[in-house]
Amino acid sequence: MLKLIGQRLALGLVTLLLASALIFFTTTLLPGDFASAMLGQQATAENTAAIRAELGLDRPVLVRYLDWLSGAAHGDFGNSLASHRPVMEEIRPRLANTFFLAIYAALVAVPLSVFLGIMAAIRQGTVFDRGVNVGALLTISVPEFFLGYLLLMFLAAHYRIFPVLSVVNPSMPLYTRLYVTFLPMITLVLVIVAHMMRMTRASVLQVMASPYIEMAYLKGLPKWRVVVQHALPNALAPIVNVIALNLAYLVVGVVVVERVFVYPGMGQMLVDAVAKRNIPTVLACGLIFAVVFIALNILADVLSIMSNPRLRHPR
Amino acid sequence: MSTTATARSFGDQVLDVEDLRIEVHTDAGPGPVLVDNVSLKLRQGEVLGLIGESGAGKSTIGLATMGYSRSGCFITGGKIVFRGKDIRQMNREQRQDLRGHGVAYIAQSAAASFNPALTLYEQICEIALRRGLMKEEEAKADAVRLFKELELPNPESFGERYPHQVSGGQLQRAMAAMAMITKPSILIFDEPTTALDVTTQVEVLASFRKLIREHGTAALYITHDLAVVAQIADRIMVLRHGKMIEVGDATQILQAPREEYTRRLVAERTVANQNLHQERAAENKPILEVTNVVASYRSLTKVINDVSIDIKRGDTLAVVGESGSGKSTLARVVVGLLPRSSGDVRFQGESLPPRLQDRTRDQLRRIQMIYQMPDVALNPRQTLLEIIGRPMEFYFGRSKAEVKVKVAEMLRHIDLPESFINRRPGELSGGQKQRVCIARALAAEPELIICDEVTSALDQLVGEEILRLLNRLQEELGVAYMFITHDLGTVRRIANKVAVMLKGQLVAYGETAKIFNPPFHPYTELLLSSVPEMRADWLDEVLSKRDRKAR
Amino acid sequence: MAAVDVKSPVKKSRGIRLFGHRMPLSAQIGFLIIFINLFLMIFAPVLAPYGEGIVPTDMTKWAPPSAEHWLGTDAIGRDILSQLLYGARLSIGLSLLTTIIAFVIGIITGFTAAIMGRWVDVTLSRFADLILSMPTLIFCLVIITVVMAREQGFVDATGVSNAFFEGMVIVLVIGFLYAVPVFRLARAVSMNIVALEYVEAARLRGENIWWVIRREVLPNAVPPLVAEFGLRFCFTFLLIASLSFLGLGIQPPYQDWGSMVNQNAQAIFIGKPQPLFAAGAIAILTIGVNLVVDWLLSIYSRAHGENA
Repeated sequence: MLKLIGQRLALGLVTLLLASALIFFTTTLLPGDFASAMLGQQATAENTAAIRAELGLDRPVLVRYLDWLSGAAHGDFGNSLASHRPVMEEIRPRLANTFFLAIYAALVAVPLSVFLGIMAAIRQGTVFDRGVNVGALLTISVPEFFLGYLLLMFLAAHYRIFPVLSVVNPSMPLYTRLYVTFLPMITLVLVIVAHMMRMTRASVLQVMASPYIEMAYLKGLPKWRVVVQHALPNALAPIVNVIALNLAYLVVGVVVVERVFVYPGMGQMLVDAVAKRNIPTVLACGLIFAVVFIALNILADVLSIMSNPRLRHPR
Repeated sequence: MSTTATARSFGDQVLDVEDLRIEVHTDAGPGPVLVDNVSLKLRQGEVLGLIGESGAGKSTIGLATMGYSRSGCFITGGKIVFRGKDIRQMNREQRQDLRGHGVAYIAQSAAASFNPALTLYEQICEIALRRGLMKEEEAKADAVRLFKELELPNPESFGERYPHQVSGGQLQRAMAAMAMITKPSILIFDEPTTALDVTTQVEVLASFRKLIREHGTAALYITHDLAVVAQIADRIMVLRHGKMIEVGDATQILQAPREEYTRRLVAERTVANQNLHQERAAENKPILEVTNVVASYRSLTKVINDVSIDIKRGDTLAVVGESGSGKSTLARVVVGLLPRSSGDVRFQGESLPPRLQDRTRDQLRRIQMIYQMPDVALNPRQTLLEIIGRPMEFYFGRSKAEVKVKVAEMLRHIDLPESFINRRPGELSGGQKQRVCIARALAAEPELIICDEVTSALDQLVGEEILRLLNRLQEELGVAYMFITHDLGTVRRIANKVAVMLKGQLVAYGETAKIFNPPFHPYTELLLSSVPEMRADWLDEVLSKRDRKAR
Repeated sequence: MAAVDVKSPVKKSRGIRLFGHRMPLSAQIGFLIIFINLFLMIFAPVLAPYGEGIVPTDMTKWAPPSAEHWLGTDAIGRDILSQLLYGARLSIGLSLLTTIIAFVIGIITGFTAAIMGRWVDVTLSRFADLILSMPTLIFCLVIITVVMAREQGFVDATGVSNAFFEGMVIVLVIGFLYAVPVFRLARAVSMNIVALEYVEAARLRGENIWWVIRREVLPNAVPPLVAEFGLRFCFTFLLIASLSFLGLGIQPPYQDWGSMVNQNAQAIFIGKPQPLFAAGAIAILTIGVNLVVDWLLSIYSRAHGENA
């Protein structure tokens, strides 16, 4: 089993490297000089050269990539083209904000969706099950910004229960922070609960359909015992896997949700950087998002390897 | 120590099922009736065999005696009285109690019925502990005692293992231990040996019988195999389409069946020993010669090693062996799906290229194949005209009109109505689908047909019809067969030559009459002696013979 | 010929049927939503009370719904209903185009991988794994940044407008990225089918590869691919809308539903519902498609070979 996990981790590392290369090399993919293209009409020999120097465009691509990569490993992504300050310096507080929001949402969404998923599976076909499924279909279909604006409209603008803007600052006490970020959190929760709940339900149902569950009933065990002792240990692997995968999905959802609530996180920063063609910042944000995403994917695989009894107790 | 049915006496009545009726109900309304008007009685220590083909309702009855029905099925009529109490009137707790130590169940597939995440001890002792019947040490001691009775290896530590760490035969016995731990009054055996190889089946069957006899437990033994039930049952009930056909003492059912259907079932097992194969004028030149063939999959272990066989026109060569013996691999090498790594395969004297892609169209045409599962061997979206017509069009370039006439002719040939020509496989029964597969093979006008377990997915009587059809076609067309099978009954029935395979090697090869008569190769003897026979004393005989040998 | 076949009694159950399967109410609602959307999209010029992008003379910013403006007006006083109807053409049209691109690339590569030997398969599959190892939206943003940074040169060379160029870039980038999951599905489906014995029987007969694909593989691969098309359309539709919403997708003068939400976003902070109309339109269409997809998936997950 350790060997398998080791292999998975190694594969993850390779994927990470390749992903970074992919992100970096897309910037050199197209023909033409990057610096002058960026400056457009304002291009003069001088400022083009300045930009080239700033980006280090005069060196070979591979050298630039390795340079960028080793810098990134130390948290150095170069300077922002907009503010000319180190990218990392600008990212750090926003990264913290984004993580705060994502973890907040995860802490609510994970127990909720696992609970709903298991309940729906156990009561398959009942009104409860159907209701939860319809709800899941609706929230899966609807774009994040629709949910966000709907909540804003009613809970903030109309009833004024929550603030309209999710402004946070470092000196804010925790409970104020939790209150201020409640609406974006709920929006994110709605988006991922549906996925997680559906997949949890499906994996519990699949386990519940297996002959050893029928056997457990035929042994005369009560239903709760069958579910807790026989179904859950086997459904755990797929459920854990589902959770990790959906946390990865949070990474994407956060970009749009931050925009809706004007929340000062990484997502907003990335969007601004894309709009301003601020390549170093885009690269940095892209890489950080990719790292988190890939890491969660690896975690999902490792957890499902670890919870497989066949691998845990080899012949 | 003869223990024939008549010599045994039984105690009080423990189970009384009367006019049982079980129906399917779906969202769309009432469905078919699975069990209709079935009544049975069981006394302490008595074993009742439930016999029938698929869809006879045997398992449904077995589960119903535990007050359990699968989702969508409902017990809609009758009484199930266990020791004076009607199970249908019981509440949930009482039913759970009944399942705990009144009636216990032993399922067909132990591999799927054990929870992969728990050790055997945890699962075997679980119910006894839950019920507070015994303490953990007592339960474990009891389990060890049962393991010993069931002749499991290392009984002291056996229970600490996980299900995937023990073999299929052992797991099946472990399930019997799980059922016996609470000393139930009734055991339900649901095809418990069907998934096992024949040689394992004998041992498992023997330990089940020992267990039942020593504990004086009553049992329902559900199976499709008359010969198996003959070894263990005191009485036998024959079921068909959910209805009782006949019930009586085991000896009466086996020796003097009253009903036509039972007679057919019994006859099918008895004729299994008569060879259908007609000797034809011997032709000396073989059409297929396989010499010293070695083949392996991506891994380096050889799946078949140094195998040589040959088949003459009109021959039926049976390749027999248990799972993993390499018999199907041999077929794949002959048709070129798996390229051989050395040796030669010659057809009509010319060497066939190892790879399918390198063979000519005519070489491909001469060897056709029929599969085990007709369900997946036919494209569900094509009509019989397309399926059977394609080889005619492909190999002989016949016109559309010609093909249509020929396909109609072919359908008649395989005893299907011509009107089936526009049907799709989904509208046919399993036996009819297999006929279509045969027709598709014949449409290529081949010289050799490879039949890969063609009857093992079918019910006995249907399988017998397929064998007869194949035999008739051989007489008419002179085509040669290579029969891949694990069933020695099929071999006896149809083959004039046999190749016995074990772990990728040929251990015996020659005329059926020679191979199946002394002097035997030891493995052939083991295989032959493991095939259950309809005599009630067969199992005792085999066991005492093996005992003597062991000494 | 034998006697006339007795017609097997075909059960005429009530309700609408498609592919021989009875359609549940949810799927009927789904189809209704899709048809209404297509109808409104096609007849937008006839149905819209005001022309595309026309600012009425009274020009009230964020006017509430009224008899003249059923859904009120937007940030610069345009009629929201008319904008929605015209926006449908771009939103739905571009998503369809993108999905088709994704399918053409994905299916061709997927079948190729399943049928051409191991080497091609491994290369394509590893590449797919790599693309899928990154979040689509993020990867999309990176590519868009890079391409847009060089936009001017291309625009000058071809004479197309900036907004048109940017729209095309988005279609191609998403089309390519979403080709990857389609590739995976097409590969898996055809691999599954190739492993079946009736395909083996065709290969043993000596049939060439294209015949096998056309006659044996494709007819059985269509159902799951149809469901995937619906699902992929939803994803594309939502992704393009999200990009537009972030201000990085469709640019003025073009306008789709996502950019309408973006332009009207400010209204929500003063308690007006303007951005909700376009966002709601997006939500309703996706729900409709998902209802149909759910039904299709539930049909095909039932037992194979069972003819209803």
